Amino acid sequence: MSLFDGLRFRNVSSTIHKFDPRAKFIYVCTLFVMAVLFNQLIPLLILFFSQIPLVILAKVKKEWLRLIRGSIFFATLIFVMNVLSLYFYGGHRSLASIIEYSSAMTFRFIVLVESFSIFFLTTSPDMLGLSLEQMGVPYEFCFAFTTAIRFVPVLAEEAQTIIDAQRARGLEFERGSFIKKTRNYVPILIPLIVNAIRRSLELAEAMESRAWGAVKKRTNLYTLKMSKRDYAFISISIFMLAVSICVRLFVPIPNLIQA
Amino acid sequence: MIEAEDVHFTYPNGVEALRGVSLKISDGEFVAIMGQNGAGKTTLVKHFNGLLKPTRGRVLVDEVDTRNVSVATLARKVGFVFQNPDHQLFSENVEDEISFALKNFGFDEETIRKRVDWALNLLDLTQYRKSSPFMLSGGERKRVALASVLAWDPKILILDEPTIGQDSYQKERLRQFIIQLNRQGKTVIIVTHDIEFVAECEPRVILMANGKVIADGEAREILTDPDLVEESSLVLPEITQVFVRLNDFGFPRKVLGVYEAKRLILDRFRGGFKR
Repeated sequence: MSLFDGLRFRNVSSTIHKFDPRAKFIYVCTLFVMAVLFNQLIPLLILFFSQIPLVILAKVKKEWLRLIRGSIFFATLIFVMNVLSLYFYGGHRSLASIIEYSSAMTFRFIVLVESFSIFFLTTSPDMLGLSLEQMGVPYEFCFAFTTAIRFVPVLAEEAQTIIDAQRARGLEFERGSFIKKTRNYVPILIPLIVNAIRRSLELAEAMESRAWGAVKKRTNLYTLKMSKRDYAFISISIFMLAVSICVRLFVPIPNLIQA
Repeated sequence: MIEAEDVHFTYPNGVEALRGVSLKISDGEFVAIMGQNGAGKTTLVKHFNGLLKPTRGRVLVDEVDTRNVSVATLARKVGFVFQNPDHQLFSENVEDEISFALKNFGFDEETIRKRVDWALNLLDLTQYRKSSPFMLSGGERKRVALASVLAWDPKILILDEPTIGQDSYQKERLRQFIIQLNRQGKTVIIVTHDIEFVAECEPRVILMANGKVIADGEAREILTDPDLVEESSLVLPEITQVFVRLNDFGFPRKVLGVYEAKRLILDRFRGGFKR
């Protein structure tokens, strides 16, 4: 529940919220490439910290922190898997360099989560769908996409209710062997899936009764326009990407711990 | 016995759902918890079987602090039927659905078979024993959910909005059923908006608003008080509305039941002509 809160749109007014979704999408893409470009700890730490001003500017610090806290589980998993695999199969590396490399991989994951969270926290699903539509994606796909995003919190809430209902009937998740634990999810997943299908059928009927697909060419109340600010934001993102490619190619990056 | 002592509860997203609730529900009581949407009714009853733990204060079930025991342990004593049966039905057939909880609680095969038969019979579901719960109607699904909880014979029974989506015939049956369970010594707690249903049952009523208990007492006292009822966004029961308006003619205000109303009016007819 708390994890999904960090990816749910927050309707506050801020500079970041006003950026065009397309500009923000390009930003997320460049960040994605930059994060994959480097596998040393220092540049990834820089990427991590350089995004924090954006979070503060977007006024979504609380939700963002919650998401970071929520992703600690996966981050730890990535860290442990890296350490283990490098220790056993990574040849003769010192423990310090293994730990540094594993931390770098962990931070790569966190940087990705961070940028996605900034994007989703500040972009309403409607705007996102609209921008897809204006980029020429058929409306059916845009609609499916925005609907999917919109139903994530609904599903999360429903999952919680189902978990409560089954716990009230004596189901204990943490009990038993690994197989038993996996089987414990059956009473949660079946109602969740059945309800989701039932809801989607109802949604389809509701849409048809509101004349879905009656005309080929839909009109929109809002149209998105790229402003100067958006172009500036895109230019900065691309400039940063170019710089980091140069750094990656020509500058030797020091390790934090010299092994 | 359930005791809540100054219970506060705040959801992780910061919503303060309970702001200091204290109450005591003795064994064998029949209680209706009422109030507007978001008053904290469901949040409160989720504390009674340990699904939620108070952020401040404490809840004792039979003198055990709910923070110290698992939900499964508490559930053995406190049966909780959720509002929407679709949130719990998952088995291939009704029989399996009912035995799910019994298996969780570790009953032996023989007992499980007996209890399932008993519960099916009790709720008139025997003919659906092998049907898929998903193929049943809404009202039937609700009864399966109820049967699946009653099967382990909990001593306290909590029903969240039991009357939603039920026709008047099913409602009347539900009412008879609840009263029968209560007579057998079970504590029954219902959470509901359905004031007519509560007026017919005449249980103890706890009214909630904004995470606090605003009134606690006999249905006859509380449901006939226009100010209290309005404060919790309810409307007086129809019979009471009539008698509140007839107050000027010397009728009592605190009338809930149809038969009682009929008697009062007939008495007036018979005596009134003489006056």
